[in-house]
Amino acid sequence: MAISKKDVEHVALLSRLDLTEEEKHLYGEQLSAILAFMGKLQELNTDEISPTAHILPLQNVLRKDMPRPSIDQGEALQNAPLQEKGMFRVPRIV
Amino acid sequence: MTDSKYEVVIGLEVHTELKTNTKIFCSCSTEFGGEPNTHVCPGCLGMPGVLPVLNKRVVDFAIMAGLALNCQIAEFSKFDRKHYFYPDLPTSYQISQFDQPICKNGYLEIDINGEQKRIGINRIHMEEDASKLVHGGASIATSSYSLVDYNRGGVPLLEIVSEPDIRSPEEARAYLEKLKSILEYTEVSDCKMQEGSLRCDANVSVMPKGSKEFGTRVEIKNLNSFRALKKALEYEVMRHIQALEEGEPLIQETRTWDENKGITLSMRTKEEAHDYRYFPDPDLVPVIISREWVEEIRRNLPELPQARKERFMREYGLPAYDASIITSSKALAEYFDACVALYPEAKTVSNWLMGDLIRSLNAEDQDIRDCRIRPEMLVEMLRLIDNKTISGKIAKTVFEEMFQSGKKPADIVKEKGLVQITDQGEIEAMVDQVIEANPKSVEDFKSGKEKAIGFLVGQVMKLSKGKANPNMVNELLRKKLK
Repeated sequence: MAISKKDVEHVALLSRLDLTEEEKHLYGEQLSAILAFMGKLQELNTDEISPTAHILPLQNVLRKDMPRPSIDQGEALQNAPLQEKGMFRVPRIV
Repeated sequence: MTDSKYEVVIGLEVHTELKTNTKIFCSCSTEFGGEPNTHVCPGCLGMPGVLPVLNKRVVDFAIMAGLALNCQIAEFSKFDRKHYFYPDLPTSYQISQFDQPICKNGYLEIDINGEQKRIGINRIHMEEDASKLVHGGASIATSSYSLVDYNRGGVPLLEIVSEPDIRSPEEARAYLEKLKSILEYTEVSDCKMQEGSLRCDANVSVMPKGSKEFGTRVEIKNLNSFRALKKALEYEVMRHIQALEEGEPLIQETRTWDENKGITLSMRTKEEAHDYRYFPDPDLVPVIISREWVEEIRRNLPELPQARKERFMREYGLPAYDASIITSSKALAEYFDACVALYPEAKTVSNWLMGDLIRSLNAEDQDIRDCRIRPEMLVEMLRLIDNKTISGKIAKTVFEEMFQSGKKPADIVKEKGLVQITDQGEIEAMVDQVIEANPKSVEDFKSGKEKAIGFLVGQVMKLSKGKANPNMVNELLRKKLK
C-alpha cells in the first residue's frame, strides 16, 4: 500500500512536524515500506484469535486509593522553559 | 419553544469528577484548589519512564454509577490513548476508553408534564481529566500565551453519553437534573457544577417533523449550569430553525456558549477534523470485572432518589410533588431530614424549602451545601412564627437577611426591631387612624363589599411596617366596623 504525499502531510501535521518537500518524499517511501512489511500479517488466518489488548498475560493491576506526597511546585517547574505564578507558561494555543 | 413543524434531537455528554482521594493513575491528591502545580508527580506531569497504575476505587465507582443507571457492566474493559495536541495534557494524549467502555446500554427516567420518559444511556467510560489553563488575555483566542496548572490533570472522570433521545431543551435539563441527582445519591461524585465537577456538552440538531434524516449536528461545549444548558439549547434550536426557514446552510461544528451575550459562538480552531488515533494504552493492562465484584457493589448501592421520594411520602405524608422536588437533590433531602428531625411539621418545612429557599439558591446560583441558613436556623425561625414573635410576612424579611448574612433569626429580629406587634392598644390606635383616613372604603365595607376589608387590613399592616399581627388587625377592624 503506497502512502501518498497527502497522507504524509496529514500525519506530519498531527505530529506537529514541519517537513521539507524532500523529507515528505523520503518518508512517504519509508512509511510505504513499513506498511507493506506489516501487511504480511494480513496473510495469517486470525479467525480464531481475539484482538490483543496487551501483550503480557496480566490483568487487574490496581492500587489502593491512598494519597502519597506529591512533589513541590519548584521541583515540578524545574524543567519549564518559561513559568509564571507557579504555572507552566506556554505559547499561544489557537 | 418547539415549533410544531420541526423536531429537535439532543444528546448529552456529561463529565463527572469522581470523589476519590487520589488521581486515576497516580497517588496525587484530587483535592480541589490548592496552590498551582502542588498536586503533581512525575506520573501526572507526563515525565518519560513513569507508568500509570489504575486506582481500584475508580472502577468501583464506575460500576456503581453504571448499576444506578441500569447499565450492563462489561466483563472485559481496557484503556486507550486519545491523541491531541493541547497543553492541558502533558503527554499529548488522554488516557480514556474507546471501544470497550466499562458500562453500556443503560437508561434513566425523567418526568415530563407528569409522564415518565426513558432516556437511553449509550455508554459510560473512565478517563483522566485535563488540566486547568489560565489565559494571558481575556479569552483563549486573544491570548498571546497561557499558563498551565496540572493539579486537575489526572483526576478521575466518568463520561456519560446519552442516546439522542432528548427532544427539547426542557427534557435536556430534566435529564441532567436526574443524572446529577442519581450521581449524588451514589456518592461517586459531589457534582458541584460551580467547581466544575459536573460538566456538560450537548449535541443538537433540528429536522423537519417526520423526516428520517437528522439535521446538521452541532456540538455546544461547556454548559456548566442548568440555566446555561437550557438557554444555550433554546438559542441553538432557534438558530437552526431560522436557518432552515431561510434555506441557509448550517455547518457541522463545535460552538461555545457565551453566558454574557446569551448566544453560541463558533469555536475557530486550527485543528482539522478530529483524528484522535485511538489505540490500546500499552502501559495499562485490561480490567476483568467478575460478576462477584459487580454483585458486591450492587449490595452496597445506597437509597436512590425514587426510593427516597416514596419514603418521604410514606413517612412524612408529603405530596408527590413536594417529595419529588426535595429528593431531586441528595443535599436538599438531607437538609429536609435535618429540619424535620427538629421540627416535625413536615409540610411547613417543605413549603419554605420549595419556596423561598430554592428560589434564593437559584437566584444566587448557590449550592445548598454552601447555604448560610443551616437547618437549625430555619427551624428557629419557624418557632418564632409559631410563638407569634414574628408574622409570616416578617419571616420572609428574616429569611432574606439570614440568607445574605448567616445571622441567627432571633438576632435579626432584635437588631431590626421586627418583633410582631401584639399589643391590643397599639394596634387599636392604628386601626382607628386607618378608619379615619379611608371613609370611602369603610362605607363600602358597611354596605356589604366584603373585599374592602382586605384593603383596610393592608393599610394597617403598611402603617405598622408589616409588624402588626394580621389576625388581630382583622378582628379589631371587623369589631369596629360592625
